[in-house]
Amino acid sequence: MDNVLEIKNLKKIYHTKERETLAVEDFTFNLKEGEFVAIVGPSGCGKSTILSVLCGLEEKSGGNIKLKEGAKIGYMLQQDSLFEWRNILDNCLLGLEINKNLNEETKEHVINLLNTYGLKDFIYSYPDNLSGGMRQRVALIRTLATNPDLLLMDEPFSALDYQSRLAISDDIYNILKKEKKTMIMITHDIAEAISVCSKVIVLSSRPAVIKSIYDIDLENRTTPINNRKDSKFSYYYDKIWKDIDFHV
Amino acid sequence: MYSKEHLNFLNKLKKEKIIVTLFQILILVIFIVVWQILADFNIINTFIFSSPKKILDTIINLYNTKDLFSHIWVTVYETFLSFSIATILGTVIASILWWNKRVQKIIEPYLTILNSLPKVALGPIIIIWFGAGIKSIIVMALLISLIITIINVYEGFNSTNQNKIKLMKTLGATKHQIFFKLIFPNSLNTIISALKINVSMSLIGVIMGEFLVSKKGIGYLILYGSQVFNLSLVISGIFILCIVAALMYYIVSFIEKKVSRKS
Repeated sequence: MDNVLEIKNLKKIYHTKERETLAVEDFTFNLKEGEFVAIVGPSGCGKSTILSVLCGLEEKSGGNIKLKEGAKIGYMLQQDSLFEWRNILDNCLLGLEINKNLNEETKEHVINLLNTYGLKDFIYSYPDNLSGGMRQRVALIRTLATNPDLLLMDEPFSALDYQSRLAISDDIYNILKKEKKTMIMITHDIAEAISVCSKVIVLSSRPAVIKSIYDIDLENRTTPINNRKDSKFSYYYDKIWKDIDFHV
Repeated sequence: MYSKEHLNFLNKLKKEKIIVTLFQILILVIFIVVWQILADFNIINTFIFSSPKKILDTIINLYNTKDLFSHIWVTVYETFLSFSIATILGTVIASILWWNKRVQKIIEPYLTILNSLPKVALGPIIIIWFGAGIKSIIVMALLISLIITIINVYEGFNSTNQNKIKLMKTLGATKHQIFFKLIFPNSLNTIISALKINVSMSLIGVIMGEFLVSKKGIGYLILYGSQVFNLSLVISGIFILCIVAALMYYIVSFIEKKVSRKS
């Protein structure tokens, strides 16, 4: 398998008038095609910073990021941020409009995605009429609309209640596997990390450096909800739990 | 069909509405009747306080001499003109300020000072600069409504959810796209409610302007009435102004309902 992304010695410093803050240091990691990787760590450690830098929202202060030739990045945020004045379809077409890639073919593709992933009856509805879980699914399809190869997800489920969270993480897992995407996910939920991803990166508290990387080797890897019942699930849970510096 | 309980509930709502409307009308009727009675029995001096009958006569007289609607028209026209200019210009200036944060920072103290300055103090200067005509009136109205429009619309632009802006950036949007696809449509409701304030502000400005210079308009009517000590004319003018202001407000409210969406 090829590497979709190679990160070497990534470093990020934030500057304010009062001080400079080292947010991320010496972050080195290679991401293989089709891999799902979770990044966990204490809150405020700089997890989101890594994604922001990867996706170009913020400039890196040092290091190297190499994306595979021609690969595109899609970013999914914690809040769905759907535009209330656009219907579901128009919300999903936003990225294509911005990239001036909107044509019959790409529109068809988005409509297909909506149909396939249970939003068929809501294509012309407005976001107000959708549940939190459905809105999150729309947000995912909006991200997938531009056909990215690598998805960056910043706590994609954390705005949802627990039940919807479990359901939608299964949904999104299936969608991403089916569409053959590679994914990096930030989460503060260890169970979510283990159940969705095959690799978990544990970061230290600020400045974020990689503490350890776990290959999640479950007995029988299926969908996230089922993975939670796997015999080795609690083993990893325990190990990662002890590894994170929690300051309460 | 609705259940009995629901019908009861609807009935209650209806009753409440009837009561409120009834009392609204009643207050007006009592006010007018008492006023007329006080005038008829010479308890108040009608030369100073006028009376509903005299006011009605004055208005009919204005109507007969074909002055009524020409005065109203002049005021409405001036208000509409300054209202439109203030809205368009204010939105454009607010957009420029949003676009260029540095310009905004530079201009901010001036805006604040201009906003807190009582504009009527500029009256004498305005007359000298713009002459004793409609130009001065429009400038007066603009001074009052433009600054507040700029401030309101700019705040609307700035209150756009940061996550939505971040989303636009992750999709690779240019500043231009962020403005036209997100900031502007997102602020449409704010802009429309700014219009509502604006229409009253423009009317205030126009009346102030008419007090200063005009030869026509409701403001002129009131001022002229006071100069010749015709209090019936003054109060008639105020009465007409009330109706015009209310009509304008409801027209804008109606447009707001039509245009704005839930958000």
